[in-house]
Amino acid sequence: MTMLEYDEEVNNCVCFCCGNNCDDITYLLKDKQIVGIRNACRLGASKVVCHPDQRLLNPMIRNEEGILEETTWDEALDKVAMLLSESIRPLLYGWSESSIESIKKGIKVSQLTGAVMDNSSTIYHGTTIQAFQNVGHPVTTYGEVKNRADVIIYVGTNPMSDHPRHLSKFTAFPKGFFRQGGRKDRQVITWDPKFTNTAKISDDWIQFNMNEDYYFFNALRTVLKGQKIDDEVAGVPKDKIMEMVNIMKNAECGVIFLGLGVSQTLSKQRNADILIRLIEDLNSYSKWSMLPMKGSLNVGGFNVALTSETGYPYGVDFARGYPRYMIGETTTIDLLNRREPDVFVSVSDDPVIQFPGYSIKHLVNIPVVQIGTTWGPITELSDVVLPSTNLGIETAGTVYRIDSVPLYMKKVVEEPRNCHSHEWIFIELYKRIQQLKCKGDN
Amino acid sequence: MEYILKRGIVFDPANNIDGEEKDILIKDNKIVEEVSNNAKEIDISGKLVMPGGVDLHSHIAGPKLATGRLYRPEDIRKGIKKASFGGVDGFEAGFSVPTCPATGYRYTRMGYTTVTEAAVPPLEAKDTHEQIKSIPNLDVPTLTLFGNNWFMLKFVKENNSQDLMLFISKWLKLTKGYGIKIVNPCGSEAWGWGKNVKDLDEPEPHWGVTGREVIRELTKVNEKLGLPHSVHVHTNDLGHPGNYETTLETFDCVKDIKKNKNVSRDQILHCTHIQFHAYKGTTWRDVSSGASELIDYINSHNHMTCDIGQLTFDETTTMTADGPMEYDLFKLTGLKWSNKDIEVETSSGLIPSIYSNKSPVSTLQWAVGLEFLLGVNDPWKIVLTTDSPNAAPFIRYPKIISWIMSNEKINDMLDNEVHSWATRRTSIAAYDKEYSWNEIATITRASPAKILGLNDRGHLGVGAKADVSVYDIDVNDFDPTSLQNSSVIEKKLLNTLYTIKDGEILVKEGNIVQLVDSNHIWCNVKGLEEREEDLINRIKPEFNKYYTINYENYGVCNHFIKPDTRIDVEYGD
Repeated sequence: MTMLEYDEEVNNCVCFCCGNNCDDITYLLKDKQIVGIRNACRLGASKVVCHPDQRLLNPMIRNEEGILEETTWDEALDKVAMLLSESIRPLLYGWSESSIESIKKGIKVSQLTGAVMDNSSTIYHGTTIQAFQNVGHPVTTYGEVKNRADVIIYVGTNPMSDHPRHLSKFTAFPKGFFRQGGRKDRQVITWDPKFTNTAKISDDWIQFNMNEDYYFFNALRTVLKGQKIDDEVAGVPKDKIMEMVNIMKNAECGVIFLGLGVSQTLSKQRNADILIRLIEDLNSYSKWSMLPMKGSLNVGGFNVALTSETGYPYGVDFARGYPRYMIGETTTIDLLNRREPDVFVSVSDDPVIQFPGYSIKHLVNIPVVQIGTTWGPITELSDVVLPSTNLGIETAGTVYRIDSVPLYMKKVVEEPRNCHSHEWIFIELYKRIQQLKCKGDN
Repeated sequence: MEYILKRGIVFDPANNIDGEEKDILIKDNKIVEEVSNNAKEIDISGKLVMPGGVDLHSHIAGPKLATGRLYRPEDIRKGIKKASFGGVDGFEAGFSVPTCPATGYRYTRMGYTTVTEAAVPPLEAKDTHEQIKSIPNLDVPTLTLFGNNWFMLKFVKENNSQDLMLFISKWLKLTKGYGIKIVNPCGSEAWGWGKNVKDLDEPEPHWGVTGREVIRELTKVNEKLGLPHSVHVHTNDLGHPGNYETTLETFDCVKDIKKNKNVSRDQILHCTHIQFHAYKGTTWRDVSSGASELIDYINSHNHMTCDIGQLTFDETTTMTADGPMEYDLFKLTGLKWSNKDIEVETSSGLIPSIYSNKSPVSTLQWAVGLEFLLGVNDPWKIVLTTDSPNAAPFIRYPKIISWIMSNEKINDMLDNEVHSWATRRTSIAAYDKEYSWNEIATITRASPAKILGLNDRGHLGVGAKADVSVYDIDVNDFDPTSLQNSSVIEKKLLNTLYTIKDGEILVKEGNIVQLVDSNHIWCNVKGLEEREEDLINRIKPEFNKYYTINYENYGVCNHFIKPDTRIDVEYGD
């Protein structure tokens, strides 16, 4: 094995891969370029070093033959500013890899253009947020799990595959203040229809029937309240449910992590509703909390920034000059399905990977702008492409971890010559749109 | 820029100016004795003039607010207002948990220029400062939560006052905090296990330290360091019948501690939202007011001050670092409960609260707050707050002022509006005090500034910060004691004629005309830097083991606090 050659180390960096925001990453630099990474998981490391050939390096506009053609920033920004100022229903979607600072600039542009601003909550954990709004919000920070929790439950989520360092750095394995034995002081349980990688390392796996999550959670709550249940609920035998409730009641400190396997199955927000109710009830016996396992870098941060500025967490519509938020009305998928937007701006996310086919079809018929770092399916649909920088590597900025702990990501290397941060792009767009509006007023 | 505010009726209690017709001269950001001929004259003949308002306990930015907004869209929808046409202020949203910009607009219109964010968990201090950046037009000191911090508990248990002092001094720098906040000491830590402590002397389950020890040790550290503000305490046992005894003990538990000789404030202990801590009885059925005993204590002692936490009859949101109390409220009301425990530092919680004048308990709480306002003799010992948004959103201050200026109004409410518990279970009906404008200026300006130790504000003397509010009330032709005028007072105090901050006109003729970045005020103890570094080297291994972020990523960097005012405190052994 050859030794990696490097001439500089940058320590205590925040990983820019997922919502866990591991903040112990070391980047190894040679000639001011990243050549190696320490402490990151495979997902985090590969996101930094892979695909340099797919990096977007220059602004592009699609020409009349339908080919994306490189152009200057001035032309590209003017074109986007024109599209946005002429649009009557623009939609600015994405933001999960944007810093709080750039999201705030994005809010300004949305306000100015009467746009809808939304992020991936709309397809992922928006239902969990709805449940918070319905029944309550009993959460915690990771450190409480590490230091206190003796029962950890994963439901509808598979962090061993999606957030590889989640269990080893924050929850099940590390030694905590009151859990000096680490993993062996804790009981890890997975509730999932599938035998996931997380189930493999758990002490117990409870398999419930697909789409019958609500029945199962309801049965747990029913037993906790001392009521009778059937011999089998959602495919889980009564004894198993009784045993589970017993474990939960007798825990000293317990946490439930819930994922998209709960938030996007048949009962949607009702699943999280009843889990929150269960936690509220359990707190009469011991200490319980929950946390949604959010995927991307700054999904939670988007919700915080948007609520600070507008009051609402996602799907905010500025069309009337003040913010409106109505799930099913001002949320991205519903807008696209009703064919409402006439300009779509994708900021850092790739909706073509995420959205249902019927929704994507509308993007073919309207101008699409991509603000991002890599060539992906959305690039193929885009009419204008603005190449941006990677947050936490080429740009500094604030992000919020899954448990809403804020972290400041530093700049490690210079950005590629012709790429700009989201913040810069939205400041420029704001200026240009304002100029266009002034001209229009005269 | 220079201004002359001509012929206003000035109330400046710190300088013994009680309703004199007087010109206020402003040069740049200060009140001055003389201005040049270029000074712009603003005629405010006969209008009510006070120093810029100072709020010493409010919740306006940080994780609690973020949660409140996130999980209460119904509250956001209540306060929707379109952007003013052609104005600089944008839309508003939210009633009890308004958006950051709306918070700034509303305080500015009320003539407030300094607002203290009263509870900042160090781990999430970046969030607080980040949100302050979105609030326009205020000076914001932030109080850092220490009352359940594990390092603090350890140092108190080991009787290690030296390290405790270094820890506090360093943590104020790390969090860019202004002062020490203690919330339900030991109780919030016990909530990590779903428990609480019932009073000042019940030890926390792991460290075995009591609330009394925590309050005493932190008070000693506060005085040793000579911080401008005293410890700011939310005592144990909030919101429970019978808690007034714990409150009395808390008042009394520090009285032998010597005040630092360099500080300008009089108190060594500030007890906050005292209304929530003043109930007699054993259950909500036999509850009654315990205010009289506490008022007697306050009137006869000089080592402490308090703010009220006055309640109004609204649907609001409670939010506090007192996690167990919020769960108690949940058991009582069943409304949607929010909880968030923050590693190594504190717990916290929220729950909506509906205060109704038909409800016996709400009415009792309302009356208890008024008892303090009317019963404490020296207005320099109290401050008007609503613990916004816990007992009421801050936009209710004018309403409360309209009540305490008019005996007729309070009697009218007692007779016609509120539940009979107000008269049956409290002594509110026995008071006939009416506040003068001078006393109003004291409890909303002069006294909070003095208690906070911010000597450059809360008054209009030469050299003071040019923070001035002018209200459209012709003082000499207006009777604030009459029942009819109480709604007029509320309306006029909600919207100033002029709000001037740092010599800049922010509100002109009732409209916001300028937005400036809010200023982060924090405290920097000088002279301990080397010893602080030594402490950090010693505790860093533990820190990195029990927190889930590295020490290097923990502090609030300068990025978050632009612009800031650093208040240097020289440490003297």
